[in-house]
Amino acid sequence: MASISLRNVIKRYGRGPKANQVVHGVDAEIGDGEFIVIVGPSGCGKSTLLRMVAGLEEITGGEIHIGGRIVNRLEPSERDIAMVFQNYALYPHMSVFDNMAYGLKIAKVPLAEIKTRVDKAAKILELGALLERRPRELSGGQRQRVAMGRAIVRQPAVFLFDEPLSNLDAKLRAQTRLEIQKLHRELGITSLFVTHDQVEAMTLAQRMLVMNAGRMEQFGTPEEVYQRPASTFVAGFIGSPPMNLLRGQADGARLSIGGHSLPLPAAAPRNGELILGLRPEHAGWGADGPGTWELQVEVVETLGAERLVYCRLGDTLFTVRIDGMLPAPRPGDRVPLGVAAERLHWFDPGTSQRIA
Amino acid sequence: MVERNPVLTIVTHVVLAIGIAIVAFPLYITFVASTLTMEQVLEVPMRLLPGDQFWANYSQVLGAGSTRGSAAPVAPMMVNSLIMALVIAVGKIAISIISAFAIVYFRFPLRSFFFWMIFVTLMLPVEVRIIPTFKVVSDLGMLDSYAGLTLPLIASATATFLFRQFFMTVPDELVEAARIDGAGPMRFFIDVLLPLSATSIAALFVIQFIYGWNQYLWPLLITNDESMYTAVIGIKRMIVGGDALTEWHLVMATAMLAMLPPALVVLLMQKWFVKGLVDTEK
Repeated sequence: MASISLRNVIKRYGRGPKANQVVHGVDAEIGDGEFIVIVGPSGCGKSTLLRMVAGLEEITGGEIHIGGRIVNRLEPSERDIAMVFQNYALYPHMSVFDNMAYGLKIAKVPLAEIKTRVDKAAKILELGALLERRPRELSGGQRQRVAMGRAIVRQPAVFLFDEPLSNLDAKLRAQTRLEIQKLHRELGITSLFVTHDQVEAMTLAQRMLVMNAGRMEQFGTPEEVYQRPASTFVAGFIGSPPMNLLRGQADGARLSIGGHSLPLPAAAPRNGELILGLRPEHAGWGADGPGTWELQVEVVETLGAERLVYCRLGDTLFTVRIDGMLPAPRPGDRVPLGVAAERLHWFDPGTSQRIA
Repeated sequence: MVERNPVLTIVTHVVLAIGIAIVAFPLYITFVASTLTMEQVLEVPMRLLPGDQFWANYSQVLGAGSTRGSAAPVAPMMVNSLIMALVIAVGKIAISIISAFAIVYFRFPLRSFFFWMIFVTLMLPVEVRIIPTFKVVSDLGMLDSYAGLTLPLIASATATFLFRQFFMTVPDELVEAARIDGAGPMRFFIDVLLPLSATSIAALFVIQFIYGWNQYLWPLLITNDESMYTAVIGIKRMIVGGDALTEWHLVMATAMLAMLPPALVVLLMQKWFVKGLVDTEK
């Protein structure tokens, strides 16, 4: 059991002018027992951040505390953590039992206790029948569970997950997601989970830390991140299909976007250049709301439960998500689009930060 | 080719049989010669069916040796060869695996320089550096000793390189998992790397055993005492000038004996040997 605090954590490779900084000062306070998901696109520094917490990467600047203790100079084994790797990193020549027991053996835990702990973990993860097998005799999902079992038997203060689901097929991934949630509920161990998959992030996280290009863009609950994205990056990254982001010129009453002039809701925060965000699921047919935009349909994608309608707006496509039961518009149709003012997001085009 | 034509099958088998016959015929002749009397060996043409001197020749060679040239029994030479081959094989593997471990897993100053130094020695086979090596060994008083026979041949760039290549294919996550499990470098080496290298070690053992057993030039230079001869040198010393003087039946018997241990090592370790060359357990 432990809280984690990251204080202005920086990672730089190399020295001097050629140094390549990949994490630019991340600050975060993580409470005891919280499940935190670090999410971002490839190369955003999320894995590096996790590996710094694990002690596998040196911390260039700042401090990491685990359970109130500065761990910057501690070896991974001294940090009271356990990690699940993307490719599981099981020892290929050891049985499942030995894989789980290895860390305990090194820590000189008495054999009887090792056995109890491994058996208990095996029971939780339904690995009982596989204890004598070698990793290569297991399926991907089973290997994944062994990797989790290896983490559990250590009874660590913190679990670290480095994209543990990305080598599983879609069905298994959904199932394992539920298992991880259940496990966290039962054990209540502080967890850091790195993923690039926003569905994993939204479903698993109690709070999520969205990263981009080595910076923390937003740190909040999945609802906050979805409902009030802190920047255009978060707005475009979380939510599928991504939020429509339109750059336009406002004069208080109207917003002109790529030659189109659209009526603005009264709540429009200011004049001048603006980025307006609207999620595809929050736009709909009809004349309710502050203004009706009339757009021409270009492409319609039918997904069964819903349809994605791409409408031409200047030089961009504006995505609208409508119920699959509604009649499908045909390409070329002009449709009236109702926009609810409270669903609009406003961003500063200079800083990309949220205005209102 | 996945063609199933009976004629082709026969043709391929015939070709294979001819190939085997070409390779095996000299071996067969050697065997036949080793079972004949001296007079029968010198007949022209030599007969192609084994004679009745098998036990007589082999026991003479093992126990007493040839009566001409060097008259040392072959049994102790076989022991010498065995010791030399084993020490070289084990020594090479032990030293190269540790060097490769250092080069792959530790960051120390001039790491790549040392690696390239090791690599460059690949270009210097024993024959090239034999005079200076001989001088060193003789100055150290190691002529006619097992140390002199084996030490100069133990350093191996090839094996170091092979282990390095193998270690580089071990996923980094395995190293990291071990670090998180609290395994220090030596613990990791013994618990994880060594078991994973088992098949490579087996393959190298076979290669190096044969290399050590078949050494000719080096033992020839540094052994003068008959009790330090290896089997290969024994053969050489039995051959004296002039065809009629050499006891060819005994030379052939010794040759057969000298062939035996490497063949046994290959046969016994074949499965591991092939595994070590083609796949790795990861």
